[in-house]
Amino acid sequence: MTDTQSQDLRVRDKQEVAGPAEQTTPGLVFTPAVDIFETEMAITLLADMPGVKADDLTIDLRDNTLTLSADTEPADDSSEEGILLEYETGRYYRQFTLSEIINQEKIDAKLESGVLRLTLPKVEKATPRKIAINTG
Amino acid sequence: MIYRRLFGYPNYRIRSPFEELERMRRQMDRMYDDARAPSQQVHAGVFPMINLTEDVNKYFVRAELPGLKADELDIQVTANNLSISGERKIEAVDKSARYHRRERDAGRFSRVMGLPGDIDPEKVEAKLKNGILTVAISKATIAKPKQITVSS
Repeated sequence: MTDTQSQDLRVRDKQEVAGPAEQTTPGLVFTPAVDIFETEMAITLLADMPGVKADDLTIDLRDNTLTLSADTEPADDSSEEGILLEYETGRYYRQFTLSEIINQEKIDAKLESGVLRLTLPKVEKATPRKIAINTG
Repeated sequence: MIYRRLFGYPNYRIRSPFEELERMRRQMDRMYDDARAPSQQVHAGVFPMINLTEDVNKYFVRAELPGLKADELDIQVTANNLSISGERKIEAVDKSARYHRRERDAGRFSRVMGLPGDIDPEKVEAKLKNGILTVAISKATIAKPKQITVSS
């Protein structure tokens, strides 16, 4: 897809979400933009989470529900005064239901310059197998 | 209404027939402003969105640029303008892969912004960490606030 790379980027507002339960601490919660693609062996998820450090990120997979949540620290110093504020920062939260069976032991997560790359390998059984049809 | 005023009363503000239109336009602007939800941020509509803050000595420009590498960014300063441009690339996936979701964008961007005061173009530092770009720009000596002591 070379043509998508030559396009000009358009502004997208950060999507604010309400979590599943009410927050006990104040603050905004955003839903990260994700790409999810599937190959024969694995499902890969890429999520844009600017401002998140590896320690602040929690990835949880149970009962086919994948939960991503992350805290961010305010980037600015308290001594700074805002002049023009176009975006807000806060936590990230997003949940997915996975239809495939995932090999939990081989999950691999990498966080690099604000982008999470999560590889969820499928369990052997779930990888497609060509079924030969016998003609009688 | 304008028609009647202009032609029914030939002397009625004949000097500026657009005044009425101008007044209406202002009213419309106010209506739009009121209708907008207070929480909604106003932005310039140019990628990337930025936050500009200041302290006594510096301006700080921050932008969220996840996945960008330092060498993919081009930052320039002039007298009191800052320009940020670059290209965000998203690596191609294997042809056999099937997308479930595709929300992340790739593309070029370029933004110029005016800074509210004079700066020292020699003292500009840019940092890219965890996908957040921070440009710290020193204010020109002349633009820094100076403490004045009141003598009695």
